[in-house]
Amino acid sequence: MPILMIAPSVVLIAIFVYGFIGRTAYTSLTAWRGVVPDYTFVGLRNYERLFQTEKFQADIVNTIHFTVFFLAGCLVLGLGAAVLLDQKLRGSIIFQNIFMFPLAISFIVTGTVWRWIFNPNYGLNVLFHNLHLDFLQSGWLTSPGSALNSLTIAAVWQMSGFCMAMFLAGLRGIPEELREAARVDGASESQAFRYVVFPLLRPITLSAVIILGHISLKIFDLVFVMTFGGPGYATDMPGLNMFITTFRQDLFARGAAIATVLLLMVALLIVPYLIWNLRGETER
Amino acid sequence: MSVLVATPRTATRWRPSTAVAYALLIALAVFYLLPMFAIVVTSLKSFNEVSRSTLWELPKAPTFEAFGSAFDVMAPSFFNSVLLVVPATILSALLGSLNGYVLSKWKFRSANAIFALLLFGMFIPYQSILIPLFQFLSAIGLYGGIPGLILVHVVYGIPICTLIFRNYFATVPRELLEAARMDGASVLGIFRHIMLPISVPGFVVVMIWQFTSIWNEFLFAVTIAQDPTQRPITVALQNLAGSLLSQYQVQMAGALLAAAPTLLVYILLGRYFVRGLLAGSLKG
Repeated sequence: MPILMIAPSVVLIAIFVYGFIGRTAYTSLTAWRGVVPDYTFVGLRNYERLFQTEKFQADIVNTIHFTVFFLAGCLVLGLGAAVLLDQKLRGSIIFQNIFMFPLAISFIVTGTVWRWIFNPNYGLNVLFHNLHLDFLQSGWLTSPGSALNSLTIAAVWQMSGFCMAMFLAGLRGIPEELREAARVDGASESQAFRYVVFPLLRPITLSAVIILGHISLKIFDLVFVMTFGGPGYATDMPGLNMFITTFRQDLFARGAAIATVLLLMVALLIVPYLIWNLRGETER
Repeated sequence: MSVLVATPRTATRWRPSTAVAYALLIALAVFYLLPMFAIVVTSLKSFNEVSRSTLWELPKAPTFEAFGSAFDVMAPSFFNSVLLVVPATILSALLGSLNGYVLSKWKFRSANAIFALLLFGMFIPYQSILIPLFQFLSAIGLYGGIPGLILVHVVYGIPICTLIFRNYFATVPRELLEAARMDGASVLGIFRHIMLPISVPGFVVVMIWQFTSIWNEFLFAVTIAQDPTQRPITVALQNLAGSLLSQYQVQMAGALLAAAPTLLVYILLGRYFVRGLLAGSLKG
C-alpha cells in the first residue's frame, strides 16, 4: 500500500528524468538535424565534431574559469559575512536579510539590472571616475577580456547569500563550550577560530562547493540575458550553447550531445555527494 | 581575563572591534543594495533624463511613466505567471507531502534507493531532458503554453518537495503513528487525519520554495511557452530588455515588477524561505 501511494511520482520521475535522459543520449548518437527527426545511427560522430568546434572548446574553458572565480567569490563573501553576523551585533538581522534577498529574485532580473550598472557610459565607470579611481574602469560586458569576470560579479552578487546562510547555520551549530574549552587551554581567539571552528565547518564548505559548483556548471539564464555568450565566444557556456544549437539552429543531435556532456559533468559532482549524504544518514 | 568569572555569553565572544565589524557589514550592504539603488533611481526617471544623466544622479523630476510603460507590456505575462505558479505549487506540494510521508514513515525495502533516485532528478541540468520533453509535449498537445509548463514544474518539483517533506515528517514521533495504527487506521487514513493536519509548517516551506523557483524559472519558460500570449514574466522581461535597449527606465521598472512578488514573500516569510534553501543542500 505505501508503495502504491508513491507510485505516481516514481513513474513520473522514471519517465521524465531517466527515460528522457536515455532518449537524449540516444538522440546524441543519431544524425538528426533540421526540424524532422532523423534517427540514423552515427555513433559518436556528433561528440567528435562537437569537441572540435571552437565554440565548445571555449565553453569548457569559460566554464572552468567562471566556476573557479564564482566559487572563490561566494566562499570568501559568504564566510566573511557569516563570521561578521555571528558576532551578534545589534542590527545583525537587518544585514542578514540584505545579504540574502538576491536569492529570492531571478537571474533574469539580476542580469537586467547588472547590465545597466555595467553600462560603460552611465554606470560603474562614471562612479569610479568621480571617485578618482579611473584605473578601475573597464569595458565590462562589452570587451572580451572583461565580460566573463563581469558576469561572475553578477553571479556572486546573486548566490553568495546561499554560502552565507550555510556557514551561518554551521557556526550557530558549533557549541560555545568548544570555543570556550580552547580558550581555557590558552588558545587565542584567532587560534580558536583556526583550529576549532574552521575544521568543524569543513563538511559544510564541501556541501556549499558542490551545490554552487553544480549551479555554475548549469549557468544559463544569466548568460542569456547579460551577454548571450558574447562578445564572440567570450562568455558562452554549455547550457546556452545547447539551447541555441537545438532550438535556434535545429541541430538536435548535436544539442543532445552537448546536453549529455553537461549531464556527465554534473553527475560527476552530484552522484558521489548523494551517496555521501545518504550513507551518512543511515549511519546516524 | 579570568575564566572563573561568569560573564554573559555575548561578552565572552571575540570581536574584531565593533567598529571594524560594522564598517565591513556596511560595505557589504552597499554592494548588495547597489542594484536596488539602480532600479529605484532609474525607474523614476523619464526617458530624456535617463539618457542625459548617469545612473548615480537622483531623479530631478520623479515620474511613474516608466512603470506605466512596463506594466502595459508585462501585465499579461504577470498574470500568466500567476496562472502557472498557483496550480503548479499546490500540486507539487501535495505530491511531495505524500512521498515525504511514505518515505520517512514506511521504510519498505529499497525505500532509500528510490529516494536517492528521486533526489538525483533535482540536480540534473534540464537541458539533458529538454529535447524529449519538447517532443513529448508536442505529441500530447501541451507544447506552447501555460498548461504544459504546469505539468513540467509539477514533475520536476517532485524531488525537492519530497525531500523537504521527508525531513519534516522525520521529526514527527513514531509513537503518534503507532497509536493510530493500533486504532486500526490505514496508511492513507493516518496521512489524511494525522499527518496532513500537523504538516502546515512543511507546506509553508515547500510552497514558498516552489513559488519562488517557478516564478523565477527561465529555461523551461523560454523553451516551452512559444505562444506569445502565454509567456511567463521572466521571458517577458528578457524580451523587454532586448527590444527597448536604451529605455533603461522601463527595463528597471519591469525588473521591479518581475521581482516584486518573490521579494514580498521573502520580506514577509524569509525564515521559511531560508529553510527551503538549506534543505536543498541536503546536509545544510
